[in-house]
Amino acid sequence: MASHDANDQSSLAAWQDPTAKPYVRIAGVSRHFGEVHALNDVSLDIYQGEFFSLLGGSGCGKSTLLRLLAGLDTPTKGRIWIDGVDVTDIPAYRRPVNMMFQSYALFPHMSVEANVEFGLRQEKMPKAERGERVSEMLDLLHIGDLRKRRPDQLSGGQRQRVALARSLAKHPKLLLLDEPLGALDKKLRTHTQFELVKLQERIGITFVTVTHDQEEAMTMSSRIAVMDAGQIIQVDTPGAIYEYPNSRMVASFIGSVNLFEGKVFGREDNDILIAGDDYLVMRLRCLQPLSLGTPVTVAVRPEKMRLCPECQGPGDNRVTGRVEDIAYLGNVSIFHVRVSPSQVVTMTLANMQPRTEQMLTWDQEVTMTWSPVCGVVLTE
Amino acid sequence: MKRRRWPLYSLLAFGYAFLYVPVLLLVVYSFNASRLVTVWGGFSTHWYGELLNNTQILDAAWLSIRIATVNATLATVLGTLAAMALVRGGRFRGRGGFELLLTAPLVMPEVIVGLSLLLLFVAMQHGIGWPDGRGFTTITIAHITFSMAYATVVIRARLAQMDRSLEEAAMDLGARPLVVYLRITLPLIAPALLSAWLLAFTLSLDDLVIASFVAGPASTTLPMVVYSSVRLGVSPQINALASLILLFVSLAVIIAGLALARKRD
Repeated sequence: MASHDANDQSSLAAWQDPTAKPYVRIAGVSRHFGEVHALNDVSLDIYQGEFFSLLGGSGCGKSTLLRLLAGLDTPTKGRIWIDGVDVTDIPAYRRPVNMMFQSYALFPHMSVEANVEFGLRQEKMPKAERGERVSEMLDLLHIGDLRKRRPDQLSGGQRQRVALARSLAKHPKLLLLDEPLGALDKKLRTHTQFELVKLQERIGITFVTVTHDQEEAMTMSSRIAVMDAGQIIQVDTPGAIYEYPNSRMVASFIGSVNLFEGKVFGREDNDILIAGDDYLVMRLRCLQPLSLGTPVTVAVRPEKMRLCPECQGPGDNRVTGRVEDIAYLGNVSIFHVRVSPSQVVTMTLANMQPRTEQMLTWDQEVTMTWSPVCGVVLTE
Repeated sequence: MKRRRWPLYSLLAFGYAFLYVPVLLLVVYSFNASRLVTVWGGFSTHWYGELLNNTQILDAAWLSIRIATVNATLATVLGTLAAMALVRGGRFRGRGGFELLLTAPLVMPEVIVGLSLLLLFVAMQHGIGWPDGRGFTTITIAHITFSMAYATVVIRARLAQMDRSLEEAAMDLGARPLVVYLRITLPLIAPALLSAWLLAFTLSLDDLVIASFVAGPASTTLPMVVYSSVRLGVSPQINALASLILLFVSLAVIIAGLALARKRD
């Protein structure tokens, strides 16, 4: 779903354009619950038409941030602007924002139709127009035949659609989604991810979603904010977050990663040389000026590892170890290779041949290599 | 292996018999033609006719029903407010004390409640001239004081297990707090309100002890009439009366049950 990927486009994406006005501006927002600091000085700009994801483990503050945007909670400190208006003190029922709740929060005593109509009634929209809008929403989500049902007569996937229809019915400028796919099984989930993105592109409103599922965030988002302990660690496109994480936390939270500790000991053109444990010498592309002796961590994704002597280029890094575990996943196999008493390296290889033809087996000694551009140097 | 079922069934039968044979006997003997309650003299509805001409019992029953209705309604309203404060009020000052004082009537001996209320009413009459004598008003107030505690417990349980995000969703969709309360909260706790009302009604209808303390000479509730007439020797009229009450209560329970079941569909 890389249609958002900024690097592919000749025009600038909104967040790269210095003249663009953010649609949502969160400025220095904190939320404390007594001693607990759920959010700590968070600042974030979200632009019109984005599919923005707040990603993090439980308790990282992502849901709190979403509730602050919805107006269901007020910040201890800081301001929030939506579409140029300071909404910090505006109650939830007067904000141009709607939210899809994690539990869907469908009103159990009302039919599907009445649920979708509820928000429109609050606006005092005339009856005829209301009926039209409800039909429009139900058709948009292909649930026209469920109109008269009650929430407890619906399946999980149907409930999710009704919740989405209800939150879209008022044509909000900003839609907040709290773990929108959390309650669905894996297959339905993948399917819905694509649908959600298509829907967002069609109606063109700004989506902000909260999720703990990094795969989901990667699939759907234009940008992701990775959160931890009430703070935003990194904000960027899914591609950039995956390829160029800015910290060990982000690197290990998104996908799996091999981390090598070391110290800078030299520089050659655009590459720096890093001395790791056990006489391991690594060469990595790094434009950042780093003084000699700086302790760094090198992060390399398992699928960037290659088997030696296959496709070894000049200046590639190599590390040798013994195969300890093999996990066969069908499309790929994951190898755990012990390279030192204290470190196991993970390597993912595509299964281009049938399994029986594979050469690697347990206890085999292998040399793995990766190119200088395929790793990231982390200083944090 | 097939397990033997009859020991379990006989235990069950014994349990049911223990609970319901006395009630059944009471109903059967209400159709007794004999004046003696314990001797079967053939089938008759004589005592029902007699009962309908007994103005003392009918007046008392009417008073009890009026008190019970007013009591149940006010106790439910107050109980809802108290439950809202406890569940939704957050950690307000004095919350612990509020909760304790609210639920204390559940464990307070009735004799003490009755006596203390009597003293209060007498003192108030001397002091501010209200309530003027004892009767309907004083009994109703006394009943509200303890049935409200029960109502609060029932409504609170329902409120506490209600999904808070339903109210938040309504607010998010543009409903003001009052609309949220009327259109979302109240309909969702309605079953608890009904249970609380019925519970308060029943508590009031069969209270003897507290009513005896705070009733005046002209206001005798049904339990008081029954109790005093039993002391003078049981008349089959009381059986007839009890059977009628049983009939009404069963009907009320069945109707309430059907209403709730229908709501659930």
